[in-house]
Amino acid sequence: MEGVIDLQLWQLAASYVFIVILLFIVKARGISREKEIIVSSIRMTLQLILTGYLLVYLFNNSNPLYTLLVIAIMEVFAIYNIIKRSKFKLSKGLKRIVAISMLFGTLSSILYFLFVVVNISPWYNPRYFIPIAGMLIGNSMTGISLGVTRLVDGMYTKRYLVESALMLGATPKGASKEIVDNAFDSAILPTINSMVGMGIVFLPGMMTGQILSGTSPVTSIKYQIAIMLGILGSVALTVIIFLHLGYKTFFNDESQLNIGE
Amino acid sequence: MFLLKDIKYKDILDIKELKFEESKVACIVGESGSGKTTLLRLLNKLISCDGGEIFYKNKPFKHINSVDLRREVVMLPQAPAIYGGSIKDNLLIGLKFGEKPIVSDERLLEILRLVKLNKGLNDDADKLSGGEKQRIALGRVILMEPEVLLLDEPSSALDEDTEELIIEALVSYTRNRGKTLIMVTHSKKIAGSFSDKIVELSKRDSY
Repeated sequence: MEGVIDLQLWQLAASYVFIVILLFIVKARGISREKEIIVSSIRMTLQLILTGYLLVYLFNNSNPLYTLLVIAIMEVFAIYNIIKRSKFKLSKGLKRIVAISMLFGTLSSILYFLFVVVNISPWYNPRYFIPIAGMLIGNSMTGISLGVTRLVDGMYTKRYLVESALMLGATPKGASKEIVDNAFDSAILPTINSMVGMGIVFLPGMMTGQILSGTSPVTSIKYQIAIMLGILGSVALTVIIFLHLGYKTFFNDESQLNIGE
Repeated sequence: MFLLKDIKYKDILDIKELKFEESKVACIVGESGSGKTTLLRLLNKLISCDGGEIFYKNKPFKHINSVDLRREVVMLPQAPAIYGGSIKDNLLIGLKFGEKPIVSDERLLEILRLVKLNKGLNDDADKLSGGEKQRIALGRVILMEPEVLLLDEPSSALDEDTEELIIEALVSYTRNRGKTLIMVTHSKKIAGSFSDKIVELSKRDSY
């Protein structure tokens, strides 16, 4: 860890000066977004300070119950966020599918990643469990959000085509195949794009963080590769489960389209 | 083929008894809002009635799997659905949806001739006019060779001459193969000259 520059308080304060300069520029250009910039900066600061203290506490008092509690909070927040931020009103059935696919998809990825790939000990070690779970859950949340939007939007805008397919004897699966495929593509695309640009266009956040804190770049890269594959797997798995179960909520038992006129 | 008993659907349909015979041509006529399309959708099991019972080949609808039924009793909606891609893709998509074997290009050309469409199989289906799209959708349904064809104003986007030519070809095609044809039409002339049975619906009435 030698040679690591621990940021002093005045150094951290200097980074806020940067934002103050930005505010002047924004104001001068007549872009009325000062409030959002200030609020989001303050919010981010408070959230991170709290998280920092919380993590210090959790790391010093590692306890399986605490780790599980944190994961549960992350999952609940992620599911709530997906449902709340959707621009469509989701049906009860679809909300349930969001929860099921998030829980099943992310938890199985987290377990595989922690116990097979990294092989942590003790099993609840918060130093590994919490950040890795956070990355998998966060990315899967973004993936499902995109999947939800594309699925619901597709079902409504292409409703006529879906129904015409049913009239010809298509199964609900066959009738919604194109919409489901499109939704999968758009949900998985951001992850694929970030993998393609990785190391060339940008250095990923986790790796940057590890390097700055003194870890050897080789170790950081090994972790980064593993976590990227974990993220891809987790996003794909959650989205596949979501879409596989989700399209069915638009049909009833008689294979009739179940959405309002 | 079909027997409808005491059918109620919202405040749109209220039918005491109605029969459609096998291998016959029936036309459904009536003012707009009288439930013509709703009746077809019921027969296709795309919607379920609120009361009463529909029988297909003496079997109550509730004991027939919807998808299996629709593969025998195919419906053509009034506004044609075009799925992107070529004319060939659009003709074949019905067979794909219905999980039936794909046919040769020769058969497709035969169908294009039947619906009087002088186009190439690889032409872009999106670029066709409304009337041409309607004929593609009609061709798609004929290609599936279903037991029953439910057609919702299959000629609404066609001029009168083409309309008569196509309906005539369609009717003789279904008669030759012993298929059942149930067709909604706005044209009393077509109903009068081609059908074995005319069902006239009016707003919120009993028959």
